Amino acid sequence: MSLDFNLIWSLLPEILRSAGVTLLVWCCGVVGAVVLGFLVALGRRYGPRALGYALQAYVELIRGTPFLIQLFLLYYGGPFIGLSLDPVPAGLLGLAVYGAAYFSEIFRAGFEAVPPGHVEAAECLGLNRSQTVRRILIPEMTMLVLPPAVNMAIILLKETAVLSIITVPELTFQISAIGSQRYAFIEAMFLLACFYWGLVSLCGRLGSVAESRLSKFRFAHS
Amino acid sequence: MSWKLFLLLVQACGYTVLISAVSISVGLVIGTGVSAAMLSAHRGLSLAGRTFVSFFRGAPLLVQLLLIYNLLPTLGLNVPSMVAAVIGLSLCTAAYQAENLRGGFASVPRGLLEAAEMVGLSPFQQFWRIRAPIALRMTLPALVNEAIMILKVSSLVSVVGVVELTRMAQDLAASTFKPLQLFAAAGLIYFVVNWLVAMGGTALEKSFRWGKP
Repeated sequence: MSLDFNLIWSLLPEILRSAGVTLLVWCCGVVGAVVLGFLVALGRRYGPRALGYALQAYVELIRGTPFLIQLFLLYYGGPFIGLSLDPVPAGLLGLAVYGAAYFSEIFRAGFEAVPPGHVEAAECLGLNRSQTVRRILIPEMTMLVLPPAVNMAIILLKETAVLSIITVPELTFQISAIGSQRYAFIEAMFLLACFYWGLVSLCGRLGSVAESRLSKFRFAHS
Repeated sequence: MSWKLFLLLVQACGYTVLISAVSISVGLVIGTGVSAAMLSAHRGLSLAGRTFVSFFRGAPLLVQLLLIYNLLPTLGLNVPSMVAAVIGLSLCTAAYQAENLRGGFASVPRGLLEAAEMVGLSPFQQFWRIRAPIALRMTLPALVNEAIMILKVSSLVSVVGVVELTRMAQDLAASTFKPLQLFAAAGLIYFVVNWLVAMGGTALEKSFRWGKP
């Protein structure tokens, strides 16, 4: 395997910019997915029955179909229903909508793990619904949902590579372009795989550190 | 969308199912070996097993597929893209299955193994009659999940030129200029296949209830 470090050095700004796109899309996508997923979980718990069924259908459809098909539907099918998006916003939206379905299931499980007695006690004390959610449900379930949520965030990091197929100029897109231009595709892909591997391992490690540091906030029952 | 296009998609779905089924089976075999390596007392072997699992779970499947697809010809293996795709998917799912199986084998109660030894079962019999069935029952739900996962991510092999469901939908969408209908139909087919697999898995789990109190 031959590596031309001068070449890598000269391409570094381009590589860093695309790594920035990957990180940006990932972070924004995760934040969007968490917020949307939380709203979906709330809607399924407190919303009217029709909304609950609709949200359930959304979750099942997203979880039962490939991410790539969802992206194609959004990016290539979107313009036919008046939703013309550039690659980056389309990728972001796709990632958020996809991740939200999985996050909503994590939050739903978290809500269900909070003992019903605590919620009833909150009602007896006269807390209204938003107070119950903010002061009882969220604090009690945060520690429970942290491990699966970190896991999901890592999965979404790996899914950002799929965005290269709809020409989002993120790392996989740029590196494979550079690799094929310079006849060093295999080396480029190998380094890319190692980069993702390192980042994923780092995130996993950070997740377990966070878990052990925050374990004191865990409730006795969990 | 015409009926003819839908039939083309269903036909292409056959390849999706074929690729996924072969990858899951090959992955189960490799995964068993890797989980055995991870559980072995030999330090180098267990490190190799853990590195394999960590790498294939850590790098995006798309990057792995592109790497393997381009790596095989330089190693002198000029295989069709279908085979390269199956190799890539198998290695990836092997890593996930190895991790599941490791949990399954670790959860076999010690007392059962001691009892098996007491009644004079050979190590081979212990493995096939005690450890493997219990581990399989423990990991069956995870295996079904993994099968559904692979059915979904097999859409990525469209990138290396395998004409399965996603690639067929892409080609038809380009030629008929109806991406909305075609990708929705493809998504629906994936959904139905995944649902069938999930149903089959639940039925299998029920029939595997032997030995439970």
